[in-house]
Amino acid sequence: MSITIRSIHKTFGSYRALEDVSLDVPDGSLTALLGPSGSGKTTLLRIVAGLEFADDGPGKVLFHGEDVSGIPAGKRGVGFVFQHYALFKHMTVGENIAFGLTTLPRSKRPKKAEIGDRVRELLKLVKLEGLDKRRPHELSGGQRQRVALARALAIKPKVLLLDEPFGALDAQVRKDLRRWLRVFHDEIGLTTLFVTHDQEEALELADQVVVMRNARIEQVGTPQEIYDQPRSPFVYEFLGNVNKVALNENSNQYIRPHEIEVCFAAEHDPANGKLAKIHHLFSAGPVATLTVRLEDGQFLDVELSRKQLDDLALDVGDEISLKLGSAAP
Amino acid sequence: MSSTHHVTTESKPVRLLLIAVAAFILSLFLLLPLIAVFAEALRRGWELFLASLKEEEAWSAVKLTLMAAGLSVPLNTLFGLSAAWLVTKFRFRGRAFLLSLIDLPFAVSPVIAGMVWVLLFGAHGWFGPWLAEHDIRIIFALPGIVIATVFVTFPFVARELIPLMESQGADQEEAAVTLGAGGWRIFRSVTLPSIKWGLMYGVLLCNARAMGEFGAVSVVSGHIRGETNTLPLHIEVLYNEYQFSAAFACATILALLALVTLGIKSLVEHLSGHTSNSRH
Repeated sequence: MSITIRSIHKTFGSYRALEDVSLDVPDGSLTALLGPSGSGKTTLLRIVAGLEFADDGPGKVLFHGEDVSGIPAGKRGVGFVFQHYALFKHMTVGENIAFGLTTLPRSKRPKKAEIGDRVRELLKLVKLEGLDKRRPHELSGGQRQRVALARALAIKPKVLLLDEPFGALDAQVRKDLRRWLRVFHDEIGLTTLFVTHDQEEALELADQVVVMRNARIEQVGTPQEIYDQPRSPFVYEFLGNVNKVALNENSNQYIRPHEIEVCFAAEHDPANGKLAKIHHLFSAGPVATLTVRLEDGQFLDVELSRKQLDDLALDVGDEISLKLGSAAP
Repeated sequence: MSSTHHVTTESKPVRLLLIAVAAFILSLFLLLPLIAVFAEALRRGWELFLASLKEEEAWSAVKLTLMAAGLSVPLNTLFGLSAAWLVTKFRFRGRAFLLSLIDLPFAVSPVIAGMVWVLLFGAHGWFGPWLAEHDIRIIFALPGIVIATVFVTFPFVARELIPLMESQGADQEEAAVTLGAGGWRIFRSVTLPSIKWGLMYGVLLCNARAMGEFGAVSVVSGHIRGETNTLPLHIEVLYNEYQFSAAFACATILALLALVTLGIKSLVEHLSGHTSNSRH
């Protein structure tokens, strides 16, 4: 089910959290809302969920073309996973997952046995079979996250919303769970919107990345588009792994470390190259990173393959020539 | 031995000294008076002790005290819960003001708290003539005693719950909302279970204070023997009339109540300590 967001404004007192935000989340996609803290991404997610309401005005949220702006969160059919899971601490895992079903009015509530079956089915889906009698505090962070996901899925939501889903996990679990979520999404095909401040996570996981900044959307595109054609210096810098080269007082050139060509100082051509000195060299891994110093004192990062590094036989203190190409200013 | 020493541990003589000081102060100010109450009450034997408790005026004071506490504790539980819910789950203008208003009864002298009600509802008070016309008695009657008690004991439940609910945030409630739960269901199966021990503790303290309240109640009650004297007021009357054994006999009831409250309180703390592991 697609999500359509049209001209949403949101202020908290005098603070502007969202300003004229419009966005289309295609049916079945996995979309990331990416931005620094305070960019409005979580507020946008909460407005889609109905946990927050947009300011009065023309703004609206549509699910599959149907306006849901006035529908309360509990009736929108959204599965919401909170950053810190928000599991019900005094309930077992099974009771947590069943909550959305046991809370239905008697006429719509499935029979006890059916609820039990559904809970087991969901536990299997999130790979936590047999843990239904445990309490949340007996689980690891990654397991809690998956219980929260199963609980959100129990109500058969039309869309799935995740707030910083991996924010509270350590690096290794994060990586595993990220891969698992991608496979999981491809299996169930539920339209999913997630918030993250981690550009690597957004680029690796999402079909569509929405970069937000200061209450507005900065750029929308596939990870490839966002990475290859950043529309603004902000996107360039926020995606990271980029050199900012000052050309003169008020213009900069952005160039990624792997886009810089390295040759011997002897082959230097002043017309389209810059002389630099190797300041630091890091080569543990498939890619070597050089930190070099230009003649005007600026530092740049340069990436090359190990083979290239070996062929050039470079070392700290060597003079080299760099071709910065004609990347976007 | 020294290898097991923790950096923050004092040397043995210092520790013993501190323990001794604490034990001395505790026995002087707490244990000794408690023993004195019971000793004094039983000095002239069990028979007089029991007779003093069976006396009609004593009995009516006990009933009045139970009634006042029985009405004001549920009211304050309700008020305290709503106030705590309001200030912790919502942000609104005047929230800070409301928070300090909740503390007002703690800050104001109980005598003033009593006099305010006399000023409002007394015969010469603002609403006095109107109340007299409609034959409603508030001051020198049960309603006044309940109002004064409610006022004085208002902060106990709210104060106990606010820090607790503040620290828990609204995440679990919001999760329940997205899962389709209504307000009552959220309160009953999400909020209440996570605050139940704090709530019980607050209610206990509130009850102990409600039964023991003297100042504010003394002002509004009018000291009508057998009618508007609560247990603490009755004890004072007996004491002023030099009926020491009877006064102390009644005082044992309040002392026992305090002991029972403390007992339940430590039980509650013990039980909640076991479940607080689930708070991470």
